[in-house]
Amino acid sequence: MQRFLIRVALLGLVAVAAGLWITRPKADGAEVLAGLTADAGRGEMVFTAAGCASCHMAPEAEGEARLVLAGGQSFPSPFGSFTAPNISPDPAEGIGDWSALELWNALHHGTSPDGQHYYPAFPYASYIRMEPQAVVDLHAYLQTLPADATPSAPHAVPFPFNIRASLGGWKMLFLRPGWVMAGDLTAEEARGRVLAEAMGHCAECHSPRNALGGTKTGADWLTGAPNPAGRGSFPNLTPPALDWSQDELVEYFTSGFTPEYDVVGGHMAHVVENLAQLPESDRAAIAAYLKRLPLDG
Amino acid sequence: MRTARSLALGLAGAMLAATVVTADSHAPAPSPAIKARQAQMQLYAFNLGTLGAMAQEKAPYDAEVASVAAKNLAALAHLDGSLLWPAGTDADSVEGTRALPDIWANFPDVAAKAQALQEAADVMADAAGTDLAALQAAMGPLGGACGACHKAYRVPD
Repeated sequence: MQRFLIRVALLGLVAVAAGLWITRPKADGAEVLAGLTADAGRGEMVFTAAGCASCHMAPEAEGEARLVLAGGQSFPSPFGSFTAPNISPDPAEGIGDWSALELWNALHHGTSPDGQHYYPAFPYASYIRMEPQAVVDLHAYLQTLPADATPSAPHAVPFPFNIRASLGGWKMLFLRPGWVMAGDLTAEEARGRVLAEAMGHCAECHSPRNALGGTKTGADWLTGAPNPAGRGSFPNLTPPALDWSQDELVEYFTSGFTPEYDVVGGHMAHVVENLAQLPESDRAAIAAYLKRLPLDG
Repeated sequence: MRTARSLALGLAGAMLAATVVTADSHAPAPSPAIKARQAQMQLYAFNLGTLGAMAQEKAPYDAEVASVAAKNLAALAHLDGSLLWPAGTDADSVEGTRALPDIWANFPDVAAKAQALQEAADVMADAAGTDLAALQAAMGPLGGACGACHKAYRVPD
């Protein structure tokens, strides 16, 4: 009997070890970015489209201060409250000493330079769809921003969600590198898909999630969701619920005015500030993408 | 035995009644102040719509009409709103409003944002009747002044 129990315990250990091995933080080697030349100017567009500053600037920063990525904003959720870290170029408190490859692995695999899983409050489930060139350009641009020595604040995440190893399982279940909207797309719709599904990470707020916090796709994609911070909800972006014309969407992304002349608020106000800085063709592309929704189940 | 049973029934009844009372206390009648400030927002939107249609060149520019709408906006922005935001009319306390409790915790900031809106509306009141370019130039700052409060103090949709 005792021998049997020891065997069961050993088997259990092997299973846990195998599970940890299978779900260990993944990272790519240098070959993934080989031969790419960085362009900080293009990187600024990536930065704006990806909305990095909206979460990583200090709380309530306005104007130029939005480019000081000192972190500190908190993002409450059913799993705990996450605090955006310092991603300014400060080498000690920020990410100034990161290589482009380390940034790639953070954005693409949710893996930190020291091989830890990041929490998916950092929207790598969307950024996984970013092209290597975009990441290299973004890396160059981030280096041009002001350094700030504010230490990153810890997350307030209770047991069991504070066990980062479990995020490997989450990634196995929900991290998908492919496009959600498949099929034949026009060039404009395809550009909109890059902006909406990869950089702009619309689904992080506007798609409902399952019990484990994975974003639902298919017919549920971008159909709206409750606010994880507790109050209100994020609207359904799929026609016919979304009955704004492409022009009306572009106007909203530019000035924040809705067709009824309400004005954008909440976190979406940050998104509109970003979208307004993109070329009008990009705003039209996002609108064209949305007009192709909903997806088939 | 019968006593115990009626006692249990009575207790259950009392608890049910308590639940009903508690549930009821969570849904007080909507405050007239909430209705009034939402009506003010509607008037903003209506007048902004007149200006916006011209700014976006979806309606022909008409200096007289634009001027009326802009003066209405300025008058609305200058209304004394101190009676419209009584304590306890935030989204955590009552249904039917998207006003965050932070409004009541940051009154000086809210007042500063309200003043910025008055200034943007005054600029529009001067610009709207001048010409289309002036109207278009005043539109962005006006939207920005509206959005400053919505960004900080409104529950998402």
